[in-house]
Amino acid sequence: MSQLLQIENLHAEVAGKEILKGLNLAVNAGEVHAIMGPNGAGKSTLSKVLAGAEDYVVTSGAIRYRGNDIAALPAEQRAAQGIFMGFQYPVEIPGVSNMIFLKAAVNAQRKERGEPELAANDFLAWVRHRVKQMKMDPAMLSRGVNQGFSGGEKKRNEILQMLVLEPKLMVLDETDSGLDIDALRIVSDGINAMRSPERATILVTHYQRLLDYVQPDFVHVLAAGRIVRSGGPELARELEEKGYGWLQAA
Amino acid sequence: MAANPSDTLVPAKEIEALVQNRKYEAGFVTDIESERVPPGLSEDVIRLISAKKREPDWLLEFRLKAYRRWLTMAEPKWAHVHYPKIDFQAISYYAAPKSMANAPKSLAEVDPKLIETYNKLGIPLREQEILAGVVPDKPQVAVDVVFDSVSVGTTFKKKLAEAGVIFCSISEAVREHPELVKRYLGTVVPVGDNYYAALNSAVFTDGSFVFVPKGVRCPMELSTYFRINERNTGQFERTLIVCEDDAQVSYLEGCTAPQRDENQLHAAVVELVALDRAEIKYSTVQNWYPGDEEGRGGIYNFVTKRGDCRGRASKISWTQVETGSAITWKYPSCILRGDDSVGEFYSVALTHHRQQADTGTKMIHLGRNTRSTIVSKGISAGHAQQAYRGLVRINERAEGARNHTRCDSLLIGSNCGAHTFPYTEVRNPSAVLEHEATTSKIGDDQLFYCRSRGIGEEEAVSMIVNGFCKDVFKELPMEFAVEAQKLLQVSLEGAVG
Repeated sequence: MSQLLQIENLHAEVAGKEILKGLNLAVNAGEVHAIMGPNGAGKSTLSKVLAGAEDYVVTSGAIRYRGNDIAALPAEQRAAQGIFMGFQYPVEIPGVSNMIFLKAAVNAQRKERGEPELAANDFLAWVRHRVKQMKMDPAMLSRGVNQGFSGGEKKRNEILQMLVLEPKLMVLDETDSGLDIDALRIVSDGINAMRSPERATILVTHYQRLLDYVQPDFVHVLAAGRIVRSGGPELARELEEKGYGWLQAA
Repeated sequence: MAANPSDTLVPAKEIEALVQNRKYEAGFVTDIESERVPPGLSEDVIRLISAKKREPDWLLEFRLKAYRRWLTMAEPKWAHVHYPKIDFQAISYYAAPKSMANAPKSLAEVDPKLIETYNKLGIPLREQEILAGVVPDKPQVAVDVVFDSVSVGTTFKKKLAEAGVIFCSISEAVREHPELVKRYLGTVVPVGDNYYAALNSAVFTDGSFVFVPKGVRCPMELSTYFRINERNTGQFERTLIVCEDDAQVSYLEGCTAPQRDENQLHAAVVELVALDRAEIKYSTVQNWYPGDEEGRGGIYNFVTKRGDCRGRASKISWTQVETGSAITWKYPSCILRGDDSVGEFYSVALTHHRQQADTGTKMIHLGRNTRSTIVSKGISAGHAQQAYRGLVRINERAEGARNHTRCDSLLIGSNCGAHTFPYTEVRNPSAVLEHEATTSKIGDDQLFYCRSRGIGEEEAVSMIVNGFCKDVFKELPMEFAVEAQKLLQVSLEGAVG
């Protein structure tokens, strides 16, 4: 198995406050990793640092993606190289239809990779296929990006974007929060559909619930800016029973 | 309501970098011999202009009356714009390409350099090309072109004449249809209406005239392109559009000017008259040279545009996309005189660098059950200042009048400003008025969201701005909506670091 992502002794701060304090993580292609942990541990910070948000500053350590340090790479280039982040709070862009947005994203990524743009018809068919897969109303494609969407619709839209873009490394920040049980199943199916030997997924979550649908290979506990414990799926169940307190005390 | 971005709306530093160079693609100068009246304004100059244009006495009298009124008036100072005092004696009030002295009989006789200029601007002046199907998908658009002070050619005249539509330069209309011009000129915007309207009435040189007779629906879009080429020249065009009962027309004007260090004055007057059940749709894509980053040069765009819904159930709709001019002062308005008449104003105004705009509309409800809609979208970047100023007046007799106003501002960067000055005067208690206003900025979160999907910053800004303007773009004729989007994109070019 080839290594897709390697994070070494990562320190990162936002607004001058250090959040990640020496984080280590290795993710191979084909794997699903779950990152759990109490509020304020740095889970969302990790997602944003991986996606390339500029107000999150890496102060030391390295993030290697397919062997290259990407710490200085702008967000759009990371996207083109296959890194996708599912937002905890997806952003609304009024007046810009989901269709236009998806098309702009796909073509920008293809351009960056030196590939030709997709023909309009092929693209439309591809998007419709994915919309159906996510059991969404095709009419949503002409609505503004996340404009007036419910919390659950927004999360579903994140997974739709992921399915359309077909990234290599998927970082999903609390994608399960705010979903009812039906939506959780659809979202999980979407995530599972992307599992393949070439891809890897990092699930950032508070709850065991999502992991019942998307089986992780590894579970990590993030506390106070570092991975304090790693294990298999059983670790998640243990956390569900005992909470995080016993780890922090240790 | 005024929003100052320096307090709560300070975006992060990367958006700061949005405010960079902007290319002005229409900024070339055409090297063409021209005949120009020396700078300065007096009754003699007005008589000279009138004589050059071989005008009838009544029009000279109209001009002189306006000039005498103008002398007694003072420049308006209430707008939220700042500029040095204009020296009206330093402006030349008439410039014409020399080859126009013996007016061409057809486009074939027009100076090839002029044609080249308009080709550069992408104006389909050569109707034969369009007719020959060079651009097969493009709908037919009749175009009148005004270069500095004179009209250089109107296309599709024959086809329009067959439908009974008159579309020509105002000078030609004065010669060929004096009774029509005399009946309507100055009836919507009187000579003494305001300082710049009075100046225009005194010295206007050319512009377009449209007359659509009873029951006729104009068979194609009409369009005028205005171009200021000469240095130190003012452009004072005059447009008059009349739709008789049940007539309809859609008209578009486009404007550009070369890049020059000095400021140039553009003081136009546009009058629209809609009789019973007539509909006039007037769209503007204005891209006058806005000046450079430091605010050097650029057009002063001081324009009076007014439509009179004179007949019952008539409708006048203004749509404007404005990205140009150093300073804009304009309020396309509707007088809703006829019962059940409808007025609309859809506006996108983009200001960048040191541009200043004070723009909006007036909806004057005089008739019963009159309705008006105002949608204004303002975008400010750089050090630009923009104000929306809108008046909704409901008079005593305007039983059942309605107005809906929506006014949104979008800020890019932390040094620009957006201000909203709504005025309402209601003298009839049955009126229903709604006013919505928002001020937002292109957020870091929106940009990051787009970038995390692979969309670069510049494209993201352009996409977000287009989304913001969607409600207005959908009011533009299709082909011009595309043009307007491109124009915004160009205007925001280099806006990202």
